[in-house]
Amino acid sequence: MKKLMLGNAAFARGLYEAGVTVVSSYPGTPSTEITEYAAEYDEIYAEWAPNEKVAMEVALGASIAGSRSFCGMKHVGLNVAADPLYTASYTGVNGGMVIAVADDPGMHSSQNEQDSRHHAIASKVLMVEPSDSAECKDFVKTSFELSEEYDVPVIVRMCTRVAHSQSAVEICDRVVPPQKEYTKNPQKYVMMPAFARGRHVFVEERTKKLTEYAEKSPLNKVIDNGGEIGIITSGISYQYAREAMGDKASYLKLGIINPLPVELIKNFCSKYKKVYVIEELDDIIETHCKKLGLDVVGKELFGYIGEFSQAIVAEKLLGVKNETVSFDGNVPVRPPVMCAGCPHRGLFYCLSKNKITVSGDIGCYTLGASAPLAAMDTTICMGASISALHGFNKARGEEAEKSTVAVIGDSTFMHSGMTGLVNIAYNSTNSTVIILDNSITGMTGHQQNPTTGKNLKGDPAAAVNLEELCKAIGIKRVRVVDPYNLAETEAAIKEELAVPEASVIISRRPCALLKYVKHKPALKVVSDKCKGCKMCLKLGCPAISVRDGKAVIDHTQCVGCGICTEVCKFGAIED
Amino acid sequence: MNTRSIMIVGVGGQGSLLASRLLGNVLLAQGHDVKVSEVHGMSQRGGSVVTYVKYGDEVWSPVIEKGEADVIISFEQLEAARWLPYLKKGGKLITSTQKLDPMPVITGAAEYPDDIIEKLTAAGVEVTAVDALALAEQAGIAKASNVALMGVVAAKTDFDDKLWQDALEQCVPPKFLELNKKAFELGKASA
Repeated sequence: MKKLMLGNAAFARGLYEAGVTVVSSYPGTPSTEITEYAAEYDEIYAEWAPNEKVAMEVALGASIAGSRSFCGMKHVGLNVAADPLYTASYTGVNGGMVIAVADDPGMHSSQNEQDSRHHAIASKVLMVEPSDSAECKDFVKTSFELSEEYDVPVIVRMCTRVAHSQSAVEICDRVVPPQKEYTKNPQKYVMMPAFARGRHVFVEERTKKLTEYAEKSPLNKVIDNGGEIGIITSGISYQYAREAMGDKASYLKLGIINPLPVELIKNFCSKYKKVYVIEELDDIIETHCKKLGLDVVGKELFGYIGEFSQAIVAEKLLGVKNETVSFDGNVPVRPPVMCAGCPHRGLFYCLSKNKITVSGDIGCYTLGASAPLAAMDTTICMGASISALHGFNKARGEEAEKSTVAVIGDSTFMHSGMTGLVNIAYNSTNSTVIILDNSITGMTGHQQNPTTGKNLKGDPAAAVNLEELCKAIGIKRVRVVDPYNLAETEAAIKEELAVPEASVIISRRPCALLKYVKHKPALKVVSDKCKGCKMCLKLGCPAISVRDGKAVIDHTQCVGCGICTEVCKFGAIED
Repeated sequence: MNTRSIMIVGVGGQGSLLASRLLGNVLLAQGHDVKVSEVHGMSQRGGSVVTYVKYGDEVWSPVIEKGEADVIISFEQLEAARWLPYLKKGGKLITSTQKLDPMPVITGAAEYPDDIIEKLTAAGVEVTAVDALALAEQAGIAKASNVALMGVVAAKTDFDDKLWQDALEQCVPPKFLELNKKAFELGKASA
């Protein structure tokens, strides 16, 4: 039976059919749904780990124990998990181990546009790249076989357009291979220098064997349409090239992108007068070809930035452009915003009002950087808000300590924020850290985390008590505020900045989109009382706008959070 | 048949994901090769959101580029204007008349354009404008304006009604199914 499936759902189906029993991941767009779909299969144990490093180590442990295992993450998550990855390459596997890494060309939901193929090359593991949902499922199943045959963790590289596109998939049954025997083998699994030296020799031999495999693997396909143009490509770029060029070109579609084949590429290039390499982000395949002395054209036409499309391929290779219709008038941009009722809004309003310097982090609350709140000065990577605040304060001293805070979400704090807080306590700055505890991992679409009291399957779980954790780390001043109460929140920020001591403010209120959160009726503006001062617009609430000089509240969006009633000096907003 | 391209545009939270999944399921049941492309994450938070639905004998790229869409379905007027350049010459536009101010309009940095529907028509596009929110509210479920608009789409296409009903049952949670079906029927009747 054919079913329309999201690439990530097909990936999860592949895990199921391949007999995976242990899954551990950290959410990150566009990889999150792989693990969510995997958790829907009762036969698979699936969990959210606190971060990607932990997730990969869990998966490796399960593999060493003899089971097929998986961990999934976005491209920047693989940086966090790079430490176990580079050594997992040395230990190899027992049961097959597959890692999903999802790149985000075009940065739909990411802080950089890195190309994760570099990690596969540097860690010397096998990497494959599917180009639609059917391939997601098939490549995952093949990857487990290859992982076990070649004693190597396999990375399946996804990208936004493959992960979040639906296409038809043929469903098969689950086949669970018998669990491999576990036998103590320190030469393979204890990576101290004496043993690791031996494993490095193995890794180099394995790369040779994998390269030989890549020469003849069915994952690498030639589509020979004759003609003078050859295109070497992989993943989603293949789909763009195929749509733009159809039968006017021949294709070498690489399913294995590390290691790359040599003879296969040389043979392909010898058949065509002109060969193009079409790959998003970096020039990995192109550089490989050029090292082999092959005359190919790639980045000089296509560049390194953003997503490609069939239109870009057609324009670069055929010189054709589509005719378009245009709108006569200015169309204002529509950037993403914090939702109506978002608990982060009240906190950011207080920070903005007091012109506080804000060391920011990764999550929905990064939107606090946007106008009109504009209350964020830096955003770097998961957890960096706290450690960068400490550095900022060390550099600028007391003046900064009294006017600078870090903001970080509950999930991000558990991911890698708490080590930064340990540093603040241990190496003492009078820093003020605000944990935005909305009781969920918000931006990636509501995943549970170690503070929420539920696990991935929705069952009750141990919950980390943030207040106790911060105290145990060595922060004496820990207090909780409700960000719907602006007066309380503002007073807390001012007090904690003023004291010559490190402190943590927990700004606590569940995400307004959580199903269990009860909304109040929409608020109304009493037109006679509204003076049109536009103070309420400073909140940046999408439900409030001004029509004919008076504020109006969109009843379809307003959830009655009430912070606008606190900023209106004329009492013009009522229940 | 050649690949046909439909874009569904709106504001994050208006339900373009569900609408694209409905359409995708109907097209797959018709025996087409189908690709549906969605964007999740950051842009969903009240930003401009677009999903692509493509079908034909064999669909390659899941995305739609400027000048390629046969039909654009829009849940909001300004978004219809924003994505207009993606419409093929001679393509059709079906839009809800709902207006949602983007943040630059709320803060006063920009103005919401006047007479969008008139300007779209003046650009030579065949426009169907429907108050989908009013239809959904009439059905008793304001959130189903997406499904009401898909009812309009159903009336303008010739796919078997059973396929739409099946797709609704597959994509809408059982708790809200009856109200969504009502919104769908009101949309269909309005076209």
